[in-house]
Amino acid sequence: MQAQAPSPVATAAASLSGGTEVAPALAAARLALSRDLTLAFRKRGQLIQPLAFFALVTMLFPLAVSPELSRLRAIAPGVLWVAALLASLLALEFLFRDDAYDGTLEQYALSGQSLTWLLFAKTAAHWLLTGLPLALMAPLAAMSLGVAAAAVPGIVLVMVVGTVALSLIGAIGAALTLGMKRSGALLALLTLPLSLPVLIYGARATELAIGGTSFIAPLELLAALAVLAVTLAPLAAAAAVRISLE
Amino acid sequence: MNLRDSRAVPVNHLEAENLQLWRGDRHVLKGVGFTLSRGECLQVTGTNGAGKTTLLRTLCGLMVPEEGRVLREGRDVRADLPAYHSSLMYLGHEAPLKADLTARENLYYWIGVRRRVAGAELDAALARVGAGACCERLVRALSAGQKRRVALAGLALMFAPLWLLDEPTTNLDAEGQQVVGALMAEQLARGGAIVVATHQQLPAAVRVAQVLELAS
Repeated sequence: MQAQAPSPVATAAASLSGGTEVAPALAAARLALSRDLTLAFRKRGQLIQPLAFFALVTMLFPLAVSPELSRLRAIAPGVLWVAALLASLLALEFLFRDDAYDGTLEQYALSGQSLTWLLFAKTAAHWLLTGLPLALMAPLAAMSLGVAAAAVPGIVLVMVVGTVALSLIGAIGAALTLGMKRSGALLALLTLPLSLPVLIYGARATELAIGGTSFIAPLELLAALAVLAVTLAPLAAAAAVRISLE
Repeated sequence: MNLRDSRAVPVNHLEAENLQLWRGDRHVLKGVGFTLSRGECLQVTGTNGAGKTTLLRTLCGLMVPEEGRVLREGRDVRADLPAYHSSLMYLGHEAPLKADLTARENLYYWIGVRRRVAGAELDAALARVGAGACCERLVRALSAGQKRRVALAGLALMFAPLWLLDEPTTNLDAEGQQVVGALMAEQLARGGAIVVATHQQLPAAVRVAQVLELAS
């Protein structure tokens, strides 16, 4: 259909039948992902917040606890993972909030596309913008906690897998608290208990990696959690978003 | 597959049967019913808070009525919501636009999620609604009327058989209202149906087949 001289009769046939080719689910999901990435790079402030938080928290420990490297090394796994968990929680509030306000979620729900796929794409973008950078920042934080350079690849690997699970579990919490005005505290109450297994296995795998032993067992459990989250969390988030739109 | 097939069949009619809906203690929809044929426009009127938006959201399946059904071609739309959704376009009174994207990017992502859309189509639609000049500007910098025009460009790009419009003429100047009128008239002429909620006078080009007044 062209802009000039719209002739209703001529466009009638094309417009109601052949003129609309439905975008395949994957293409739609890819668009949702690239839209969120584009938006995130337009407002970088929001992007930097959780990362700065992570860096600050991990750097406060050497100051507060003790500069003694052996003691820092002992608490490093816990510090890294608690900081990562809280940083990802900080980022969660932005996951669906803006889209709920401006009606984007509504349009997604009414697009005829699978809302589950679209929310999965949104969560993937969220992970690329917070989870992955957190994992990439982990070496810096680990070094400041006196961890040997040899342990760094293991720490990053564990963090990459763990943040996938954290982002997806967080998506459920973010979707469930969409209807509320000030949801920060509730979001934490909902999300943190669900994230405990990730914290436990993540910290354990990191501890083994720092100790220089094989961390494959807790990493596998962590990966299993991530797979479980990938398969189930988008479904739960989509159901929660539908309820919030009512 | 199913989704594709059902798109090809235009909406013959939309039917609402005795819709009853409560919001908390408030009985908003008190047995609303109507039948809409192809090429017809239904105008929903009523005072502020009478439930116009609620009715539209119920019709498009976002809200579930306590009683009653919405039927398309005699079939309950809840039986296959994705197919129903891909055959309708709902435009709320707030345009679903991102302040940090340009008008053109907004349209590209918004419409692209639903169907394949070429860049030239976007430009043509924006030019048609009189927003061609601001297509590369961030929506943040646009006026309320210009945003509304960008939303209308989305409407021009969606060839959905059923349009559900909430106050489509707000914030628009006389020329913008003409554009709404032309778009709606075109939709009716090609056999689509429109449900429009507004307490304003609709542009003269739109032939309103039925008026439904909601009592508050």
